[in-house]
Amino acid sequence: MAAIRAEGLYKVFGRRPDDVVRQLRDGASTEEVAAQGATPAVIDVGFEVQPGEIFVVMGLSGSGKSTLIRMLNGLLTPSAGHVHVGGRDVAELDAKSLRQLRSEEMSMVFQHFALLPHRTVLENAAYALKIRGFDKEARDKKGRDALNLVGLSGWEDKLPGQLSGGMKQRVGLARALAAETDIMLMDEAFSALDPLIRREMQDQLIDLQKRLDKTIVFITHDLNEAMRLGDRIAMMRAGRIVQIGTSEEILREPANDYVAEFVKDVDRTRVLTAASVMEPVSSPAASTDDSHGGYDTVAADTLLADVFAMTDRRPLPLAVVDGDNQTLGVIREQHLLHAMVSADAGQDREQEASHG
Amino acid sequence: MGELLQDIEQWRLPLGRWVAQFVDWLTETFPAFFEFLTNVLLGAYEALADLFTWPPDVVMILILGVLGLLARGWKFGIGGTAALFLISLLNLWEPAMETLALIVGSVVIATVLAIPVGIAAARSDVVSNAVRPVLDFMQTMPPLVYLIPAIFFFGVGVVPGLIATIVFAMPPGVRLTELGIRQVDQEVVEAGHAFGSSPGEILRQIQIPLARPTIMAGVNQVIMLALSMVVLAGFVGAPGLGQEVLSALSRVEIGPGAEAGLSVVILAIYLDRVTAALGTRSGTSGRLAKLKGRLAKAK
Repeated sequence: MAAIRAEGLYKVFGRRPDDVVRQLRDGASTEEVAAQGATPAVIDVGFEVQPGEIFVVMGLSGSGKSTLIRMLNGLLTPSAGHVHVGGRDVAELDAKSLRQLRSEEMSMVFQHFALLPHRTVLENAAYALKIRGFDKEARDKKGRDALNLVGLSGWEDKLPGQLSGGMKQRVGLARALAAETDIMLMDEAFSALDPLIRREMQDQLIDLQKRLDKTIVFITHDLNEAMRLGDRIAMMRAGRIVQIGTSEEILREPANDYVAEFVKDVDRTRVLTAASVMEPVSSPAASTDDSHGGYDTVAADTLLADVFAMTDRRPLPLAVVDGDNQTLGVIREQHLLHAMVSADAGQDREQEASHG
Repeated sequence: MGELLQDIEQWRLPLGRWVAQFVDWLTETFPAFFEFLTNVLLGAYEALADLFTWPPDVVMILILGVLGLLARGWKFGIGGTAALFLISLLNLWEPAMETLALIVGSVVIATVLAIPVGIAAARSDVVSNAVRPVLDFMQTMPPLVYLIPAIFFFGVGVVPGLIATIVFAMPPGVRLTELGIRQVDQEVVEAGHAFGSSPGEILRQIQIPLARPTIMAGVNQVIMLALSMVVLAGFVGAPGLGQEVLSALSRVEIGPGAEAGLSVVILAIYLDRVTAALGTRSGTSGRLAKLKGRLAKAK
């Protein structure tokens, strides 16, 4: 079962939201309803997040992604539609069950850290546990464990004001981890950090995720970050999700010009893998051939950046093999060059034209 | 025709008479209430005045000096002690302590009323909009005007002085409490919600602690306004430095007037600096906190 399931979500700010939702369902454009003084922030959004997945919602500012994440834990009430978390509809919960859901099932990490400046690092990390009524001993222990996970041991008694931005966000992360919730919502969690620190935090998150296997909904406006972290990415524009897919899918088959324009600047060699650019072998016989057609081999999940790096030692073509050393396909020079060209943008436009 | 026009020109809205009638009605209808209030306020004032005048002057000066030292440091401690000693040398210590009792009494009551109203106004726009004109009224009405109905309700003496002081001094307490709570970083409040805090927990654990410097600035303003009003309260027979100023005024004597005025200024500066220091120090730094820490270790 999906950890989070959103269906037909709308959020309209301004007057008469119900009425505006009805108009939008009937096909009214954003501009038309905006003329009536309503601001539709999220329009007809649906998706499922699987347990243990990092689901990234990617969009520019004003695309509605922050509004969307706040509907997942009920900080905002949807104008229409449903959010199901663990089989419960968030909008139907009374205030008490909603608080219970937030403290026991979903924690959150904020863009500007949102730490309590008058409480120590340890007290901040253990905040969720205090709300849940754990005694001081248990709080301190779990808080210390969480700080240890994010590499902040020894800083327990400092105040947030004494920490750098990166360290503050580690405390924010520790606070979410200490809550021991299965789901973590991360709202532009690394956007306020310097590029180098951001990179470090991304690595740390990937590393933690391998060990902890949380369900993470991660909001960002940085496509490179989305592609690094996301198992799947939802691309948002003007309140709507325009495409959901793995980073490879989005890179290779952007749903429209907007997405294509976006992915143009992505470092493709760090997203695409050997398997995604190879020419698959045609005959089953060839795949069991231990000599791999006499070529050097490369693992299927190797990033293109690494394939490039090895071509000075292993001449092209390369045989792509899976974990059982079965040949899956071949990479020739033209495949590598072809992969570097932006996802056949011309071809996609033709396809769109024929669909539309 | 001409007579009618003259009548219209001479007619005026009898607002003052209506207010006077309303005040009469209140005093006649709720005498027990006003009597009760009078007894409570008078009792509180007398207890405070007895407390402040009970120790010998020098002891009291030293106590206040040490408080100043704890709040702001040794320079202010010494300077404060010297300035307070000056009041004593002017032989005005007893009225000064009576004034202090009036201030402490009215400030405590004004603060106890102002902070909850400010919190309510911060949490609800309806309350905020309802409270604002009332505060405007309380702040801009010339303070001597309150004293008149206060005499009607409570007679002459300490109590109308206290009431007028409370009314006059309360508004900045309400305003700055509301402002402070509204200014708390919304993301931190949201974090409270996101981790399942109840509204009460958010108020106690996030909003009030983070708004504390602004709330304390409000309390500081309440004290300052109370000081200025407490002198005027001398006009309705409230004791203290106000009486000294008033008697100097009525006899047109520059000397005693200047002495009493200077004593008010010293008291004002002392109270302002001490309470301002309490507001800006956060809970985990500052001399008081350090002292608390040392005491805790000693145990």
